Amino acid sequence: MDEAKQEELFWKKIEAEEKIEPKDWMPEDYRKNLIRQISQHAHSEVIGMQPEGNWITRAPSLRAKKVLLAKIQDEAGHGLYLYSACETLGVSRDTLIEQLHQQKAKYSSIFNYPVLSWADIGAVGWLVDGAAIVNQVSLQRTSYGPYSRAMVRICKEESFHQRQGYEIITQMANGTAEQREMAQDALNRLWWPSLMMFGPTDKDSPNSAKAMKWKIKRESNDLLRQRFIDKTVPQAEILGLSIPDPDLELQADGSYKFGEINWQEFYDVVQGNGPCNKQRLDHHIKAHNEGAWVREAAIAYGMSKSKETIAA
Amino acid sequence: MSEVKDNQGPLWEVFIQSKNNLPYKHAGSVHAFDGEMALQNARDLYTRRGEGRAIWVVPSNQIISSVPTDEDSFFDPSDDKIYRHPTFYTVKEGVKNM
Ligand SMILES: [Fe+2]
Ligand SMILES: [Fe+2]
Repeated sequence: MDEAKQEELFWKKIEAEEKIEPKDWMPEDYRKNLIRQISQHAHSEVIGMQPEGNWITRAPSLRAKKVLLAKIQDEAGHGLYLYSACETLGVSRDTLIEQLHQQKAKYSSIFNYPVLSWADIGAVGWLVDGAAIVNQVSLQRTSYGPYSRAMVRICKEESFHQRQGYEIITQMANGTAEQREMAQDALNRLWWPSLMMFGPTDKDSPNSAKAMKWKIKRESNDLLRQRFIDKTVPQAEILGLSIPDPDLELQADGSYKFGEINWQEFYDVVQGNGPCNKQRLDHHIKAHNEGAWVREAAIAYGMSKSKETIAA
Repeated sequence: MSEVKDNQGPLWEVFIQSKNNLPYKHAGSVHAFDGEMALQNARDLYTRRGEGRAIWVVPSNQIISSVPTDEDSFFDPSDDKIYRHPTFYTVKEGVKNM
């Protein structure tokens, strides 16, 4: 089949809401963009374990520690589902990790903010996982089959993450005056970075249009951001916490008007100048390098075993 | 033997049986250096919430698949045999349990 015919077939599938599968013909640009988006998503899951991992040894109870461990283990799993989806596009896991280390691949800028208190752990589950859920629910309908299936699996696991976060923030908000203050402080610091998780406004997001045409992305940044705000504001109200936005205003249609996002801060963090960019990347590189001897041993073991099988 | 480079090991495809008597379903893939490790990694990755009662792992390079561009001609033989479906046959009105 010639290329024009294959491309026609590709678009027919996209139009019919059919999924593109690994062995299907796809435009080179589609493949490249998928690799960029899925690997960025995978790296985010993995880097995202760091701020929360810092709190495992400081969790206030055994229950809290068990829950946080399980949550972080899920995030490792999400990273692996996504690497696995990305590898179906013909790129190796090693290459993906190399791209992260060489800063050719990005991860979500939210993880470049510090997690300073136990209330922050609550706010991360509630807001960061909450924002991720809004994005990921939408991506369940993405046009690439393996990505879509990874999203379905991830979404099933995410609601526990958001609930455990909301439980923590609820306990803090209903605790002593000091705990309440910590909860409000966490919300104050993490609210705006959470809104930035959806990316630039539609008018400043030139890549989006292409991704939407390919149905890699299904809904626009602004629409998803608005959905998150409308879901989350009432959740803060129930706790008696206030959203740090003086311009926030409930409108007649039930949605909230909100204030101007500090996009300069967003671009600064994306470009590597956030509070924790260097720390996060250095830690990942260090952990990876320190694991090299384990992989070496495993390679040697695997080779000796396959020799045995051949001999037998 | 080829040179040993630092890597995550070969890729394995994972199939999970969620319940007894259900077919195995593809779940995704894992990296591992041998079959046993692949099984353990697959268990840790794909069955953290009781999603499976049994797992198969297969080296990814051992999977043979049909070619998508040949889809139409490859599956052609089944398209023109509508008499394989029960709806092909008319049954006299009033006939029950068939
Ligand atoms: Fe996740
Ligand atoms: Fe999560």
